[in-house]
Amino acid sequence: MSAVIDDHGHAKDDHHHGDHHHGYGGMMRWITTTNHKDIGTMYLWFSFMMFMVGGTMALVIRAELFSPGLQIVNPDFFIQMTTMHGLIMVFGAIMPAFVGFANWLIPMQIGAPDMAFARMNNWSFWILPFAGSLLIMSFFVPGGAPGVGWTMYAPLTVQMGMGMDLTIFAVHLLGMSSIMGSINIVTTILNMRAPGMTLMKMPLFVWTWLITAYLLIASMPVLAGAVTMTLTDRHFGTSFFNAAGGGDPVLYQHIFWFFGHPEVYIIILPAFGVVSQILPAFSRKPLFGYASMVYATSSIAILSFIVWAHHMYTVGMPVTGQLFFMYATTLIAVPTACKIFNWLATMWRGSLTFETPMLFALGFLFLFTMGGFSGLVLALAAVDIQLHDTYYVVAHFHYVMVAGALFTAFGGIYFWLPKWTGKMYNETLGKWHFWLTMIFFNITFFVQHFSGLAGMPRRIPDYPLMFETWNKISSIGAFGFGFSQLLFLYIIVKAITSGEKAADKQWEGADSLEWTHLPSPAPYHSFETPPAIK
Amino acid sequence: MSQHPTAQGTPAYFIPQPMPWPIMGSVALFCMALGAVFVFNGMSGGWVSLAFGFVLLLYMMFRWFGDVIRESETHMYSKQVDLSFRWGMSWFIFSEVMFFAGFFGALFWFRVVSVPDLGSLLHNEILWPGFTSHWPSAGPGFSEKFSPMGAWGLPALNTFLLLSSGATITVAHWALKENKRGLLNLFMFFTVALGVIFLVCQVIEYGHGYADLNLKLTTGVYGSTFYMLTGFHGFHVTLGAIMLAVILARCLAGHFKPDQHFAFEAVAWYWHFVDVVWLGLFIFVYWL
Amino acid sequence: MQQFSARKSGQWALIAGLFAIAAAGSAHALVWNLQPAATKIADDIHSLHEYVMVLIVVIFVGVFGVMFYSVFAHRKSKGHKAANFHENTTVEIIWTVIPFLILVVIAWPATRAVIAQKDTSNSDLTIKVTGHQWKWGYDYIKGEGEGISFVSKLSTPRDQIEGTAAKGENYLLEVDNELVVPVGKKIRILTTAADVIHAWGVPAFGAKQDAIPGFIRDIHFKAEKIGTFRGQCVELCGKEHGFMPIVVRVVSAEDYTKWVDGEKKKLAAAADDPAKVWTLDDIKARGEKVYAANCVACHQANGKGTPPAFPPLDGGKITIGPKAGHIDIVLNGKPNTAMAAFAKQLNDTDIAAVVTYERNAWGNKTGELIQPAEIKALRK
Ligand code: HEA
Ligand code: HEA
Ligand code: HEC
Ligand code: CUA
Ligand SMILES: [Cu+2]
Repeated sequence: MSAVIDDHGHAKDDHHHGDHHHGYGGMMRWITTTNHKDIGTMYLWFSFMMFMVGGTMALVIRAELFSPGLQIVNPDFFIQMTTMHGLIMVFGAIMPAFVGFANWLIPMQIGAPDMAFARMNNWSFWILPFAGSLLIMSFFVPGGAPGVGWTMYAPLTVQMGMGMDLTIFAVHLLGMSSIMGSINIVTTILNMRAPGMTLMKMPLFVWTWLITAYLLIASMPVLAGAVTMTLTDRHFGTSFFNAAGGGDPVLYQHIFWFFGHPEVYIIILPAFGVVSQILPAFSRKPLFGYASMVYATSSIAILSFIVWAHHMYTVGMPVTGQLFFMYATTLIAVPTACKIFNWLATMWRGSLTFETPMLFALGFLFLFTMGGFSGLVLALAAVDIQLHDTYYVVAHFHYVMVAGALFTAFGGIYFWLPKWTGKMYNETLGKWHFWLTMIFFNITFFVQHFSGLAGMPRRIPDYPLMFETWNKISSIGAFGFGFSQLLFLYIIVKAITSGEKAADKQWEGADSLEWTHLPSPAPYHSFETPPAIK
Repeated sequence: MSQHPTAQGTPAYFIPQPMPWPIMGSVALFCMALGAVFVFNGMSGGWVSLAFGFVLLLYMMFRWFGDVIRESETHMYSKQVDLSFRWGMSWFIFSEVMFFAGFFGALFWFRVVSVPDLGSLLHNEILWPGFTSHWPSAGPGFSEKFSPMGAWGLPALNTFLLLSSGATITVAHWALKENKRGLLNLFMFFTVALGVIFLVCQVIEYGHGYADLNLKLTTGVYGSTFYMLTGFHGFHVTLGAIMLAVILARCLAGHFKPDQHFAFEAVAWYWHFVDVVWLGLFIFVYWL
Repeated sequence: MQQFSARKSGQWALIAGLFAIAAAGSAHALVWNLQPAATKIADDIHSLHEYVMVLIVVIFVGVFGVMFYSVFAHRKSKGHKAANFHENTTVEIIWTVIPFLILVVIAWPATRAVIAQKDTSNSDLTIKVTGHQWKWGYDYIKGEGEGISFVSKLSTPRDQIEGTAAKGENYLLEVDNELVVPVGKKIRILTTAADVIHAWGVPAFGAKQDAIPGFIRDIHFKAEKIGTFRGQCVELCGKEHGFMPIVVRVVSAEDYTKWVDGEKKKLAAAADDPAKVWTLDDIKARGEKVYAANCVACHQANGKGTPPAFPPLDGGKITIGPKAGHIDIVLNGKPNTAMAAFAKQLNDTDIAAVVTYERNAWGNKTGELIQPAEIKALRK
């Protein structure tokens, strides 16, 4: 440590050139960096690693569900897999991926040199690997990882071993990281814009992140409170979720979903932002309704705080409660509709080309809407009574999260890779990746609507015989989907190591600052002097 | 430490240089989390890890803030950086508000929904015979006797103390802006002192609760919400008091200028936030 | 280029799809919709679902008709030049209002269905359902059959689950004691739980309700068909969550009366006299049955448990220590662990039997014999 603690010697020379490493070399460069691009890169790689880990767990789940009966894992381990798959995908893969995009793009798109709090930015990232380790360590302690589902409902959590405590602390750390990251993003957007970059001139990606960061700051502390109550119920004899002491297990669900529902929009809003950059670029036409997109995004964010109990229609709330949450939930379809129609109008009479980013954006549009529709079906309280906690729900949220968020993350990476690395990926392979992903995705998850409608509960390692066919198909799809992602890894690594040189404005229709004002690859410090904005 | 004066004379950007404190902070948090898990599960070695993490965290904060103070005092921060800090602090306080909102939500839930429900006819008939709903309550399964914490003894005094400290810090702020350093130091001292006395009173109150009222953390939902809410608040008062003490020390060392003293203001905001939370506590936990 | 990869992918889809279906090879007919309704409520849900699906498909075709038209007609490779229109308030208002109107159209039937579902008044029969890890307890508390009470759990043999025996038709959907209700009567179900949250649900009835420890919640159903209807626990409740089915047998009014009589007789016959003095062998044999029915799920047949989550009883500190501690943990359970209190589920004889059994089974050789009277004395 001593070698790194004294940092005063390096101060002199670090701002003369754009593209050199500050002070530290080797590993320490990455560990101590305050550069938004370095940090963005680390977020993205971390996210991909977690995606592999979480995905491998999904494959264990799918392998066990290939046929009825217990074959590969025991019920205990199965549910641990489900729990960790959910937690890792949501908190380890998808959220960090979009924070990675935010880090790379926000400063470039608003004409800032870096994030507002560059050192705290480093901390936000470097908490993640430790939080991830806590999660994964829980598999190796007595009792194993918690088998409670990613929603961690009380009072099942009270029965778990010390893996539960590790998970709780991991959630605390993840929350700290998210809150710090969000404060950074909000501040950067509000205070670091280049002169002339008014709020209503910001690219939509920046807008969606501004709103997402607000959602994060408002909801993450609530989750921290919920898991803290779980912790004290476990170890200090409090009765928050224990009826004998006057508490209520359902209270946990209310608190969790007060966080949890905004969380799903935290996942999807940045994805909306990415799509809103990609579609106009490949339609060679400006976004149809910029202002209404901003208002729609804001409405979604506001509504997201008053719909949470649609996850709890079966806990037995009063009719008025069910109706209120049903109406509020369905209302979200309206701003979402605005968005979908806006995107269509953007494409309408454009001059479309179909490079890989565009393919993923279209895939998103198509499949996310399907996921939204199944969400709407679930929103109807009476129907949800049939479908709650069945595979229909699993199908719904994989449509919105995998085809929604993950597809756009892929699309975004293909889109900005030339800007980030100065290298182009192989377009043919990119298309292969898209089509394989698209097809296997549907094989995996479309059939789950059927098993769900017919009543197959989720979170079970074994199932009645009538569900066998769908599960077989789904499992085959899952393996296909998983292995298709190896192709993605190959394409990216290949592009970085030996891709062709990318143009400064690689995409004809792209018009945000990073394309119009910066070379490819973007210099280490993007805008040391603020760009002029018309 | 780059400050880039620009050709047009627009506000200069500030990009801090790499430093090891963040990663040190992560290691510290990791050790603390791991240590806490071990301690909670009665495994050996937990305390060591917990203490090590804690000391490392303190050291990290000491050095990190030290760097920031040095940068601030050597005028490396532009107006824009100052504004960033303001946004940052505001949003941080907002996140804290939401954290407390969760616990207040739990309190209201118990008072309005779950306890009345448990005392309803149906529940009496089938699960909890004889339980009548009232507040404060420790739930149907709690058979010992306990007394609730009254509002008009120490808690009322504490309300008075905290509200006064809000006033003294405002006076101190005013003195700083008028460049009356003596007054500033005096009222900062009062503020810290009031904070500390508040904490002492709270400790006495907890002692009273445990020793005389049979009111414990395990006393059903009443005990849970009482100690968790006041406990987290007390923890925030502790943090606030430490921050105030640091500010006092900096005042004594001649830091801050009438027109540039963000750190002072940030701590003052934080202190007011703690104040407001206390008012909520006083009304809903102690009084009503 | 585009065409090439699209065609290629199309072939892929075909191949993969065929492969998948071929691989399935299950003898069962494909189930792909809601199970056939057996109650009015389930019927309402079906119609509501169908109604919404129709709307959705129409919107879907409309929306993606536009998208695909664009994709095919407005492509650059066809030489289409980009227009440059954007922002049109009228259009935007229209496409905000139309979805809103569609939602109103959906909300109407949806609201009626919710209200019908929730009306639990004027029931003919009230049954309390208690979720335990991992079985259901049924108590008939009002109406014909009042006083009947039994526990219902999975009856699929372990070797079918582990794949050493062929799976039966109702694999995982069969229980030892089915819930029996009369046809055409409004049944009110009160749910609660002893340990964690479970959820009681039968798809054909359109009924699903969480069973929450310490709270009572209610739903109702009125079966319109005679027959056997099956469901599963639908809230994660621990490792055996997938193995706690629900089976409801709906019978005619006469058959129901017959069943009630039979059940009452059985109850009377099975009532144990807690004053009876047992011999070690008899009570051990009884205890083995109780153990197999209630304890094996966690502590295993060989008494080895699955440590550390579920402790071994073979040579366990409590099982070979003083008997008071042993009886206490079985009667009262251990808070915050999966070890439930059995005081209410088992009678004095059963508890005496299972404790005696555990103290003399496997390597445990205490030779102690516990009589039901002792348990009776210890009950608070
Ligand atoms: C990215 C994440 C994401 C997104 C965006 C959404 C979006 C929506 N979700 Fe989803 N949801 C999840 C992630 C997400 N969800 C997850 C993870 C769970 C399960 C958690 C768990 O239990 O583990 C879940 C569960 C879930 C449930 C609970 C199910 C249950 O457990 O019983 C419900 C119920 O209302 C629901 C509803 C909706 C609705 C109405 C939307 C809407 O926002 C969708 C709006 C979109 C459209 C409607 C389509 C586009 C619109 C048009 C083309 C316009 C025209 C249309 C009409 C007028 C109808 N979701
Ligand atoms: C955005 C989040 C996200 C993502 C991307 C995914 C991705 C996938 N999920 Fe997801 N899933 C959730 C979020 C997500 N899931 C959540 C929140 C739950 C609920 C949990 C709960 O109930 O508590 C859930 C639950 C869930 C279930 C239900 C489990 C149950 O109820 O018991 C299933 C079952 O099929 C499933 C399957 C899959 C599959 C096949 C993928 C695939 O798309 C994954 C494909 C990816 C890979 C396979 C990795 C790729 C890499 C390789 C294959 C390389 C090989 C690996 C190495 C060399 C190490 N998931
Ligand atoms: C749902 C799971 C479950 C079931 C069913 C169950 N137990 Fe347990 N049992 C546990 C757990 C978990 C513990 C450990 C509690 C602890 O942490 O000390 C335990 C502990 C015990 C112990 C103390 C063992 C020791 O040495 O600490 C005894 C005795 C016991 N159970 C008997 C029984 C009997 C008798 C039955 C059936 C009538 C039964 N159990 C059913 C989960 C279960
Ligand atoms: Cu009981 Cu799941
Ligand atoms: Cu939701």
